[in-house]
Amino acid sequence: MAVTPPERRIWWNEPIERVELVWIVIAFLWGLFMFVFMIAWHFIGQQNLSKEAYRIAPSAYEAKVDDFAKKNKVREEAGIPVAKPKPGSDVYILGRLWQWWPILELEKGQSYRIHLSSIDWQHGFSLQPTNINIQVHPGYEHVISLTPTQSGEFGIVCNEFCGIGHHTMTGKIYVTEPKKAEAEQRLADGR
Amino acid sequence: MTAETVIGAVPAKAEFRTCQYTGLKVDVAAQRLIIANAVAAVVFLAIGGLMGLLVALTRWPAVHLLPADWFYLILTGHGANVLLFWIIFFEMAILYFASAVLLNSRLAAPKLGWLGFILMIVGALATNVAVLQGDSSVMFTSYPPMMAKPHFYLGIILFAVGALIGCGLFFATLVIAKEEGTYEGSIPLVTFGALTAAIIAVFTIASGAIILIPTWLWSLGLISDIDPLMYKVVWWAMGHSSQQINVSAHVSLWYLTAALLVGAKPLSEKVSRTAFFMYILFLQLASAHHLLAEPGMDASWKIVNTSYMMYLAVMGSMVHGLTVPGAIEAAQRRNGFDRGMFEWLRKAPWGNPAFSGMFLSLVFFGFIGGISGVVLGTEQLNVLMHNTIYVPGHFHGTVVAGTTLAFMGATYIVLPLIFQREIVWPKLAKIQPYLFGIGAAGISLFMMGAGTLGVARRHWDMTFSDASIGFAHSAGAFLMMGLNGIFAIIAAIGGIIFVLVVVATAFFGKKITSGHKLTFPLFSGGGAVASHYGSEKAPKLPGTIILVTIFFVCFVLYYFINWKYLSELWLFR
Repeated sequence: MAVTPPERRIWWNEPIERVELVWIVIAFLWGLFMFVFMIAWHFIGQQNLSKEAYRIAPSAYEAKVDDFAKKNKVREEAGIPVAKPKPGSDVYILGRLWQWWPILELEKGQSYRIHLSSIDWQHGFSLQPTNINIQVHPGYEHVISLTPTQSGEFGIVCNEFCGIGHHTMTGKIYVTEPKKAEAEQRLADGR
Repeated sequence: MTAETVIGAVPAKAEFRTCQYTGLKVDVAAQRLIIANAVAAVVFLAIGGLMGLLVALTRWPAVHLLPADWFYLILTGHGANVLLFWIIFFEMAILYFASAVLLNSRLAAPKLGWLGFILMIVGALATNVAVLQGDSSVMFTSYPPMMAKPHFYLGIILFAVGALIGCGLFFATLVIAKEEGTYEGSIPLVTFGALTAAIIAVFTIASGAIILIPTWLWSLGLISDIDPLMYKVVWWAMGHSSQQINVSAHVSLWYLTAALLVGAKPLSEKVSRTAFFMYILFLQLASAHHLLAEPGMDASWKIVNTSYMMYLAVMGSMVHGLTVPGAIEAAQRRNGFDRGMFEWLRKAPWGNPAFSGMFLSLVFFGFIGGISGVVLGTEQLNVLMHNTIYVPGHFHGTVVAGTTLAFMGATYIVLPLIFQREIVWPKLAKIQPYLFGIGAAGISLFMMGAGTLGVARRHWDMTFSDASIGFAHSAGAFLMMGLNGIFAIIAAIGGIIFVLVVVATAFFGKKITSGHKLTFPLFSGGGAVASHYGSEKAPKLPGTIILVTIFFVCFVLYYFINWKYLSELWLFR
């Protein structure tokens, strides 16, 4: 019984059962749909990760962030500056062992060019509870146009393991309500 | 060119025995290697599994077992021991089985097989020593610029070289079997699946060498710098592709188990083999899954790669998802369980742990691991879950509830057939796949739930009690992590029973002699079904059609729910 001769030597000419054929077509079309939907979201969706990135020496990035924090500082919290940048401007966030620096104050409905980089190890920018998660690399400056759609207090958690203090690495973004009429106008403009 | 010139050896005088249950001719040298690799696999499963329990108990906020430094150390060891060592040792056993045993052939160069085995053991020990010394807690992925001790990388390199030798023996055995005419026509489907796994393994190990050798030199101070982004591209060509070895291997085991236990034949050889072939063509693109949230990657590159070229490899898995239960349904209906939609499934051998392990693996892999994998790997949706604990949730669905459970189920076939021992404590063995499966499915689902609520992976303290800027997760997130801990205990109980049953059987199980009746019987003629090909004839499969319809509806709903979540996020471009 062990090595009985094969039943049909030419198996590749056997017809495919109907049920299999139907399922293959469904699976293929569903795959095609999912493929096209990712492309479509670049046109119909408002959440697409930017590919704008630059190589930068960690020390150069640190200098940029220091400069940004100095120019936009409105107050301090627990020794960390709170920066309130102008809408539409460049905003710098630094990941390092073990904090996200500085604290930001943004306006709801306004777009900002957020720069992300690290000066030591890889970190994970995780905005909570909104749940936006972006990887941060040393040596790469990633630029994202970000528009808050909610107001309140938001935490930045690190979700890439970065050593023994990883679980203490946090940051904060405040989002304030803009003047009502102005904001509605902007949202209507789709900016 | 003869087989001898290919492997550079004269035909060895192989020693064979004939299996009384399947009639297969078993090369004793291959049998010894299968036993050694399977035993090593189980040892590393025991170590890595216990580490996993410690991790889950630490992440359970109410228990919070380990201190931070031990948590990161144990988590690094958990990844290496179960994801790499347990699974690849077991896959070596599968390769030797699917080549020498299923083809009735002698194994090529068994001495080289032992060399590979020893390299793998030495490598696994070196990496474990590095981890336990405490200064290589870099996580399994060891992303630079964070650096581990040189022997952490060297161990993995040696392990991979050993595994590559195993793959070489597999290919050589195929050549020998063809040359010596030990089978006619094409290789069996199970061997074809194993061949798929071995081909992907070669790609995987090559990628591993390309990245780990420079990283090792970097840790020795011979190379000044490893680019962190480049590292990820190449490392994941190993890290993710190695999971595709698992998929090919455990899908092969699904077909094998179905053949041996209910006499199932594939519905169509052509379809099942083409589905495996899709894996070879497209699965290696998956490195992109780990680069969707990185700076500077172009959208078109991401879309083509992350979708495995228009989801053609996903199509392969969906095809197996129909053809495996379909083959079982067709066989069971032929076996006389033909009433209604689901008599074939109700009266399947659920009391046989090989079958229950296999079928639960099929269901969990598809519903939990498969669907979450596609969602996680969708270009834009990834931003919702990247590096949250959703990610381990997904891959515990594939690698634990899928691969590990399938391997456990197959072990209940290997013990009587290859170890030739009667399984001790059959009642415990009977419930084992259920305990482990439910536990594994639970941890997968609850980690996915917690990740959807934003909980980070690889993180010691979700209360942020030592952070200068505090953050409070929702109560739901804490509940999910608590439930994760409870189901991890259930899975651990299932895992401990498995290890105890295997070890006790291997050493103290009653020797199987001729005429012995198995506690967990095989299907009469199962061996013949497994060892040669031939498609099932024009079956009607209403039950399977309902099962895949439920699957498809879940898939579509869950996919769109996540797009809805995404559309509610802040705007970014």
